[in-house]
Amino acid sequence: MDFDTIAAISTPLGEGAIAIVRLSGDDAVNIAAQIFKGQNLTEVKSHTIHYGKIIDPESDELLEEVMVSVMRAPKTFTRQDVIEINCHGGLASVNRLLELVLHLGARLAEPGEFTKRAFLNGRIDLSQAEAVMDLIRAKTDKAMKVAVKQLDGKLSRLISQLRQDLIETVAHVEVNIDYPEYDDVEEMTEQLMLEKTKYVYSEIERLLTMARQGKILREGISTAIIGRPNVGKSSLMNTLVQENKAIVTDIPGTTRDIIEEYVNVRGVPLRLVDTAGIRETDDIVEKIGVERSRQVLKEADLILLVLNGNEALTDQDRQLFDLIKNMQAIVLINKTDLVQLIDRNEVNLLADEHQVVATALVEEAGIDQLEQAIADTFFAGQLEGSDLSYVSNVRHIQLLRQALQALDDAIHAIADGMPMDLIQIDVTRTWQLLGEIVGDTVHESLIDQLFSQFCLGK
Amino acid sequence: MVYDAGHFDVIVIGAGHAGVEAANAAARRGAKTLMLTLNLDMIAFMPCNPSVGGPAKGVVVREIDALGGLMGKVIDKTYIQMRMLNTGKGPAVRALRAQADKPLYIQEMKYQLEQLEHLTIRQAMVERLMIEDGVCKGVLTETKAAYYAPSVIITTGTFMRGSVIIGDLSYESGPNNQRASVKLSEHLEELGFELVRFKTGTPPRVNARSIDYSKTEIQPGDENPSHFSYETKEAILDQIPCWLTYTNETTHEIINNNLGLSAMYSGMIKGTGPRYCPSIEDKVVRFHDKPRHQIFLEPEGRNTEEVYVQGFSTSLPEYVQHEMLRSISGLEEAEIMRAGYAIEYDSVVPTQLWPTLEIKQLPGLFTAGQINGTSGYEEAAGQGLMAGINAAANALGIDTLILDRSQGYIGVLIDDLVTKGTNEPYRLLTSRAEYRLLLRHDNADLRLTEIGYELGLITEERYKSFKEKCALIEQEKVRLSKLTIKPSQELDQKLIEAGGTGLREPIKALDLLKRPEVTYSFIVSLYEETDAIPVEVQEQVEIQVKYEGYIVKARQQVERMKKMENKAIPNQIDYDAIGGLATEAKQKLKQVRPLSVGQASRISGVNPADVSILLVYIEQGQIAKRSEPII
Repeated sequence: MDFDTIAAISTPLGEGAIAIVRLSGDDAVNIAAQIFKGQNLTEVKSHTIHYGKIIDPESDELLEEVMVSVMRAPKTFTRQDVIEINCHGGLASVNRLLELVLHLGARLAEPGEFTKRAFLNGRIDLSQAEAVMDLIRAKTDKAMKVAVKQLDGKLSRLISQLRQDLIETVAHVEVNIDYPEYDDVEEMTEQLMLEKTKYVYSEIERLLTMARQGKILREGISTAIIGRPNVGKSSLMNTLVQENKAIVTDIPGTTRDIIEEYVNVRGVPLRLVDTAGIRETDDIVEKIGVERSRQVLKEADLILLVLNGNEALTDQDRQLFDLIKNMQAIVLINKTDLVQLIDRNEVNLLADEHQVVATALVEEAGIDQLEQAIADTFFAGQLEGSDLSYVSNVRHIQLLRQALQALDDAIHAIADGMPMDLIQIDVTRTWQLLGEIVGDTVHESLIDQLFSQFCLGK
Repeated sequence: MVYDAGHFDVIVIGAGHAGVEAANAAARRGAKTLMLTLNLDMIAFMPCNPSVGGPAKGVVVREIDALGGLMGKVIDKTYIQMRMLNTGKGPAVRALRAQADKPLYIQEMKYQLEQLEHLTIRQAMVERLMIEDGVCKGVLTETKAAYYAPSVIITTGTFMRGSVIIGDLSYESGPNNQRASVKLSEHLEELGFELVRFKTGTPPRVNARSIDYSKTEIQPGDENPSHFSYETKEAILDQIPCWLTYTNETTHEIINNNLGLSAMYSGMIKGTGPRYCPSIEDKVVRFHDKPRHQIFLEPEGRNTEEVYVQGFSTSLPEYVQHEMLRSISGLEEAEIMRAGYAIEYDSVVPTQLWPTLEIKQLPGLFTAGQINGTSGYEEAAGQGLMAGINAAANALGIDTLILDRSQGYIGVLIDDLVTKGTNEPYRLLTSRAEYRLLLRHDNADLRLTEIGYELGLITEERYKSFKEKCALIEQEKVRLSKLTIKPSQELDQKLIEAGGTGLREPIKALDLLKRPEVTYSFIVSLYEETDAIPVEVQEQVEIQVKYEGYIVKARQQVERMKKMENKAIPNQIDYDAIGGLATEAKQKLKQVRPLSVGQASRISGVNPADVSILLVYIEQGQIAKRSEPII
């Protein structure tokens, strides 16, 4: 039967403290082993569970602490090798995990596919067959609706336009092949092909960049507040939370005490991370040192560095400035209600391109300016929340990545001097992949294109 | 009085390009075969363009040859010009095309068929089928001769209720003023067959002596012609050129002024015509901003002055045809010998066929060729061959043959027809094949000779030489993989001249061949070896090595496809009993009755969820079978 490896998030989205990413297939264990830091999963016993960390093998970035269950065929739900990765944290990290296993060669499971495999491999008995068919139908219909809903009209038009560009190019190549003596179309040249493929490549790259931005909008901008003890970090946090009537979703993890709080600042959703540390100790730098801050910073999209205006800059402050170099950050000079001992010139110098805002959080002064600074940072005055059309569906992102890969192959083939009809294979593949996003893969449309674009026939 | 005219294994009605291949294949498989034709002087007649092959079509001719068919052998003996097309492109799309000598082609084909041991050829008009208990048992001719056979193949092309139209003139006729076959068409309708009306057309023929070739461009054949058949040894070097000229604004003005008189535009023609073979009226109307269209002047043979005006298909009145032609450079004095015309005809909706080309509702009856909604001699011949193979199988109880989409263009053609149907005359294009790189004209023998041999279509002698070729290819690849090429100034210079870069360290010849600038002959030129291997072996080695990456990728796709293709759907499946299927999917599945889940997935209107449900349902049946108690 089907032995390719499939993967999906198998817990309901957005609910529950634990999410599970499940893989099934011949490659399940291998794929998990590649991203798992801990025991070598390819060597562990079947039906065992292991603690460890998920790392992105390309960047070595640490993503998540997890528990991984290894279950080998045949005594599994699908009668294939099955891996279940239990992770904490929000939607963002689960999606990231899923994207990672897809990137490593797993295929996103179709709706109901685990159950289908279970059935086809004889795991589910006959009496359940009817139910399986209903499930496939129901899940497919639902998935279809969701996919259509998630496909923004503007995005759909953009992808359709790219497909049109591609198919015109392909039709051009095809017409050269099927009608070699037809003299009205010049031969498709490497030059022209390179231009086309590079253009579509850059557009898809742009879509993926926007996808990341979209993800930020949807999942919140992970925001870290740092600063020496007693500079006013918890006041800042409380102010942001109270001011904005935050939806507070406390998700106490089972292995880590992370509390995330979501606030919406002028349309920018902020996810305040590692707030527990701030609340309980108000002492993050002192307690766990610069190293820990570095870790928090690495995961953050936005950093709010708080300084005490009532004191002169310390070496610790300067170290923190070093840390936020090349990151999105806003510098707060707090306690402006007290005597100012801080050297403003030095702060401005150290802050470099970062914005500096003066606040007196206890007096609730300067908060407007801070909120404006946050909004400016993320929308830069040009992006309006409602104007964004972005790709949010994991499947769509996966297809876009594959499309990018196919285009890359085509571009390489051009450089290698491959004949046009071979280069065209990957261009057609790109067209098909994009078609899967907008739900159109009918091959016949190429032939339609051929005959509407060119006057053919001898 | 109806009389018993004889008993056969296979009866073929029609002797066009489909009919002759069907008769040949059936007879070669040992079936006692009868071929009936309206006119013995028109066997394998080419009513339209005088050429065979071209992109996709040329590959079909080679596939036919690899399966013991006749088209390749006959054209190789009778061509007036041979050209390899797309030589500047990749190996998958190179294509051979021949200009045919029409009268000679007929003669040669007839002669070849007359030599076949199990074949009887007779001139007759078939009026109806003889059916007993829902099974086809034979045919009845207008002269009341009853011929009996368990397999009957209809290959009547455009003859069924054919109607020729020139301007406002319309009369019942097959192509080229031959008798139309009316009663058979009516009979099929009575039997409940779904028929559809298609249309095609042909241009006027002019007298070569009235053409001023000096005003046109010459289109010569190749100096060293290649051939379609793997058995052909001798080339015809005395080739005849074609000529190229163009329509112009004046021509277009004449057409536009007379558009109302064109049968196609006046509403006289109801049938659907092919987009890839448009009439000149169509071209001028649909692409009105094009200042000129190509016109190829193609001789119809060595011993005739008739010239085919390629690209000028029309159904305008004869006097307008004169006027149009004479506006064209080189044709100012042109004398029309036969006027162009449009022809409408009945064809069978091909989703009524199994992939063996047997009609689902009437066991024992097969249809092949243009009657199945295709267009083109090669498409017809490919189907004829397959119908002949399978009709013999039905009669003799031997193996049937269905080619899949990765085995040949013939497989693509038949799968498209029986799975998707067609709403216009179907023509093969290379872009219809998803595994184009595997379906090359150079490897048709590698793909199909083994099958041809197993089915008894290929001679022992030919098979032996095929095996030798295969061995040589492998040997040469092994040799190149062991041969080390060392860097040298001389070599670097040669490589740079060829557009590449020099060598840094020793390299295996096989790897050097993978470079874009390096050809097989380049490698051979580095050594002074005289033991040259045959050109076709060199070609194979070069292609297989150079494009290995793409070929491997394509093979992986084929493997994935085969998983679904091998999942058979039981013949007695009841789609109405499958709860989860969408209504549209149910209707389509009931109509097409696909043999495999793979085929089902290609039917438009059957979506992935339906395919999943189908899989589950079939598997359920398998489990039920497995769990039955063994008594």
